[in-house]
Amino acid sequence: MIEKALQGGKGYWSWIVFLLAFIGIGFLFWVHQLTQGLTVTGLSRDVSWGFYIAQFTFMVGVAASAVMVVLPYYLHNYKKFSKITILGEFIAIGACIMCMGFIFVDMGQPFRIPNVFIYASPNSMMFWDTVVLFGYLLLNILISFVTLDAEKKGIAPPKWIKPFIIISIPWAVSIHTVTAFLYAGLAARPFWMTAVMAPRFLATAFAAGPALLILIALIIRKVSWFDAGKEPIQKLAVIVTYAMYLNVFLLLMELFTAGYSNIPEHLDHFKYLYFGLDGKTTLVPWMWASAILAVISMILLIVPKLRRNETWLAIGCIAVFSSIWIDKGMGMVVTGFIPNPLHSVTEYAPTFPEVMITLMVWALGILIWTILYKMVLTIRKQLV
Amino acid sequence: MAVDRRKFVKLAGLGILGVAASPSGKIFASEGHGNVIKGEDLESAEAVASPCAGCKDNLKDRLLDEINAALKREKRSWGILVDLRKYEASDWSKSIEACHSIHNVPDFDGTKDELKWIWEDSFHHAMPEQANNHLPANLEHTSTPLLCNHCDEPPCTRVCPTRATWKREEDGVVMMDWHRCIGCRYCIAGCPYGSRSFNYREPWPDRDDPKIKLDYPTRTKGVVEKCTLCEERLVKGKLPACVEACDNGTLIVGDLLDPKSTIRKMLGCHFSLRRKPALGTQPKVYYIV
Repeated sequence: MIEKALQGGKGYWSWIVFLLAFIGIGFLFWVHQLTQGLTVTGLSRDVSWGFYIAQFTFMVGVAASAVMVVLPYYLHNYKKFSKITILGEFIAIGACIMCMGFIFVDMGQPFRIPNVFIYASPNSMMFWDTVVLFGYLLLNILISFVTLDAEKKGIAPPKWIKPFIIISIPWAVSIHTVTAFLYAGLAARPFWMTAVMAPRFLATAFAAGPALLILIALIIRKVSWFDAGKEPIQKLAVIVTYAMYLNVFLLLMELFTAGYSNIPEHLDHFKYLYFGLDGKTTLVPWMWASAILAVISMILLIVPKLRRNETWLAIGCIAVFSSIWIDKGMGMVVTGFIPNPLHSVTEYAPTFPEVMITLMVWALGILIWTILYKMVLTIRKQLV
Repeated sequence: MAVDRRKFVKLAGLGILGVAASPSGKIFASEGHGNVIKGEDLESAEAVASPCAGCKDNLKDRLLDEINAALKREKRSWGILVDLRKYEASDWSKSIEACHSIHNVPDFDGTKDELKWIWEDSFHHAMPEQANNHLPANLEHTSTPLLCNHCDEPPCTRVCPTRATWKREEDGVVMMDWHRCIGCRYCIAGCPYGSRSFNYREPWPDRDDPKIKLDYPTRTKGVVEKCTLCEERLVKGKLPACVEACDNGTLIVGDLLDPKSTIRKMLGCHFSLRRKPALGTQPKVYYIV
């Protein structure tokens, strides 16, 4: 089936080469990191997780968001999603592989990762996160390829795949819940010690993921023969709207609890995010940009006229995606370490090699999305 | 009162320690030995204790005896007591230097890639929740030694995905396996005390560096390390390097399970603090302030 991705025009191959170039350059930087150690990153004794782990966390959300098309289609029999469900599952596959890539490049001893299985430690949330992520990847590969094969043959998917599809729904929720548990169970980091973390992770996932799917559907309509259709996109837009409002609501809950209780060890992190602490303000412009983008997206999404206009919708989706990416991919992880447990403020910013390695993993994921989408579009074209 | 020589030396040693350690001088009142040092106040007690050459020897010898006795028991729980009242005489840099040199902890400039097993910081940073306003000058202006707390409920071992760090059952030391560690740094995120360091780069680029002590392993880049309470010395009946190097009895090591150990007696007579007690980690490093 995958050989279908080998047929393409000049534009397609240029895009592939472009992505491969990023992967190649990033790989060289990764070799540099492997030989020199993580000293080439902006990480430090105080801020020991940064860009990689933040991208990982964000991508788990994108992966989990496939459930927002799978659930309406398979559980509620919402037929309008029949053409885009597999697009959501393919997003999950690429996102899962990106997650693993980000974990891999973050390890000090990446070739010892098998130790996680050899010395399996059920007391560690990282063990469970590895298990659920691998499981989710396998589920999505299985489900998408089996259903696509059936579609290709013009028959209904085999009955035995149904239980896997049903399982994949709570499984999607579990991957982001367990990812939240990586953080939310640490007594050492008051910023992360919040029961709202898992719900908020899911809200951000169900906003950013479908927003990405809308953007991809719009791009596919532009660059190929395939049109996902206006109605499924509008339905996704409604999902994005609800999820984004829920996300901002939960953020305000966090701000209220930290602000009104006025407990320094909780409040200081938010002070650092939005106003800076001890004169250190690296994240402040980013966080306000995230807040402004959130407000813009909420206006664009809530006004029916604007939401139904696909240009405004696209802008709204870009705003949702960027706002959440900044908040989760930059603010959330790093701020757990700032201030540190001794109440000292050490700041963090990714270095150039770190950014290039991050782009490598992104390019790898986008390459996987491209190939999988090319495959399904070629197959569907032959069916038309 | 019949006191044989051995018992007398023991009592005298304890008495001097007690005088030095206790502001009220009533350290042994509850144990019926109050007559030994009763009535001494802090100033005169310190004056007696400080120049006393025999006192530190006695203390360390006694600690060594206790260690050897504890090693014979099936279970023990090593703890450290830091006496911050003796700040004027304290010189943590000796302990830090001793620890880092025997454990091959490299000295990098700056804080980014820094590794440290024991270090000093202000009392405000050491105990953010317990640093009140209007602290006594000794706490306000001097530094507090910080190291791994070897918690009874260690959050770092709970999060480790490979059990490369674990609490050893027989003596409660929180151990590290530098050959198993994958360098995920989850334990660093999980430690509420900032006690763990990561090898961001090759700690000893020159393998023939004369500073490397060959009787202790060096680490590779990409693994986490921290204080191991000198378990390699304790098992041989030696004092931890920091305790041995600090020459004025400001650090005391001992078995917290043994009510007769010096550390337990000190804790029984003096109010002590631990770092972030509310987190339930049950640190085994105590501070008398």
